Amino acid sequence: MQDLGISILFKGVNFQRLLLGLWVTLRIALITIGISTALGLLFGLLMMSRSRAARGFCRVWLEIVRFMPQLVLLYLVYFGFARLFGWNLEGETSAILVFSFWGTAEMGDLFRGALTSIPRHQRESAAALGLTKAQINRYILLPQTARRLLPQAINLSTRIIKTTALVKMINVTEVLKVGQQIIGQFYREPSVAFWVYATVFLMYFLICWPISLLAGRLETRWSAG
Amino acid sequence: MMEPILRVKDIHKAFDGSGVLKGVSLDIHEGEVVVIIGPSGCGKSTLLRCINGLERVDQGEIWLRDQLISGLKDMHLVRQKIGMVFQSYDLFPHMKVMDNLLLGPMKALRKPREAVEAEAMEMLRRVGLAEKAQALPRTLSGGQKQRVALVRAMLMHPELLLLDEITAALDPEMVSEVLNVVIDLAEQGMTMAIVTHEMRFAEAVADRVLFMEQGVIAEEGAPASFFREPKTERARQFLQSFTYASTRKKAQETQAADVGLA
Repeated sequence: MQDLGISILFKGVNFQRLLLGLWVTLRIALITIGISTALGLLFGLLMMSRSRAARGFCRVWLEIVRFMPQLVLLYLVYFGFARLFGWNLEGETSAILVFSFWGTAEMGDLFRGALTSIPRHQRESAAALGLTKAQINRYILLPQTARRLLPQAINLSTRIIKTTALVKMINVTEVLKVGQQIIGQFYREPSVAFWVYATVFLMYFLICWPISLLAGRLETRWSAG
Repeated sequence: MMEPILRVKDIHKAFDGSGVLKGVSLDIHEGEVVVIIGPSGCGKSTLLRCINGLERVDQGEIWLRDQLISGLKDMHLVRQKIGMVFQSYDLFPHMKVMDNLLLGPMKALRKPREAVEAEAMEMLRRVGLAEKAQALPRTLSGGQKQRVALVRAMLMHPELLLLDEITAALDPEMVSEVLNVVIDLAEQGMTMAIVTHEMRFAEAVADRVLFMEQGVIAEEGAPASFFREPKTERARQFLQSFTYASTRKKAQETQAADVGLA
């Protein structure tokens, strides 16, 4: 019986369809991670800015992102904005928008944390060697910030990848949605649901696990001074 | 008498309205080793930090030879001539020992790598750390790190070296390996201003001792006379705090003497 379920996975173009769905998932995740990293660095600098207004703005943004479920934000942008402003955003665009809104704030906060965790004496002893501000940033602060930031940024990336599963709720045909289509198509075979979901699970696992291993290894290698 | 290397003229410094330095003046001559002691919070570390421009003075002037350096914009050029080593041995953790040493001479002074590298090796060898050149700082003990930090400062060939409680964070058994390096430097004629709590080291290395208290220099003198007969009551009390008189033992001694007499 179960053999039937698993064989459906490889029937026709079913597996290719799943892979294609996975590619949609990854595309959303990768673009989001790219935007979040670039804007996150700016966001982090803004968080440390002297302007109270800028810091307040970041604070509010970060709080919204932390308290608002991603799914609600997705609905708000995909359905809400479409009605309210007459925007006709595609599901994938809405998803990238919402996830980048979230990723930027989180990445910015990680960047700020990494930079401010470098002891003040690092800057001072570099200054005592007669280095200019730019040289101190380049040779002392940036490399150490990168080492502190990278493992955490990678962890955030895996969280972003996982969260993309939500986009099926706004009609994006990513891997989970494809899986459900296959299940619907072969509903007569009861075990198919198990095999499809197990496959989707395995796909997420195979993508996120190595990334998370990498983060762990970087962390031990670069930890402590 | 020769012109002093460093001239500090009546400097004042306050943090959040409370005065830390309240009019400190000081000359340091070439080859001189000045040791600054005093209770914590007396302003001795702040004095060093002001000389190196890490803190801005509120009032007064600091001159390095014929250049006014207090309030200067291009402080990094001055810092190339005034070295400083801190309490918390701040090696750069992401760089090997040798790269820590090369950074200043190569980036700030723009010297070629080969020349500095040879000199760095020679100095490492002199402080007994030649085999650590390619090690990462986290594999070193506190005493080793601080010796590397001293070499790093010396490779800039500073005219003046400031040492800010460089053994305060070390385990006791590592203190002497670091201080011996400093005594070596003094014997080679390095001009230094040293803040320390190690009184026997202070006595051994100093040409002149400054005793600071509440933001001013309360007493100054040659180490021999200062440590034996401090002139001020405050200095006497401060030095007293480093000796541990046991009243119990004294009582026993008196008793024994009494018995002997009887």
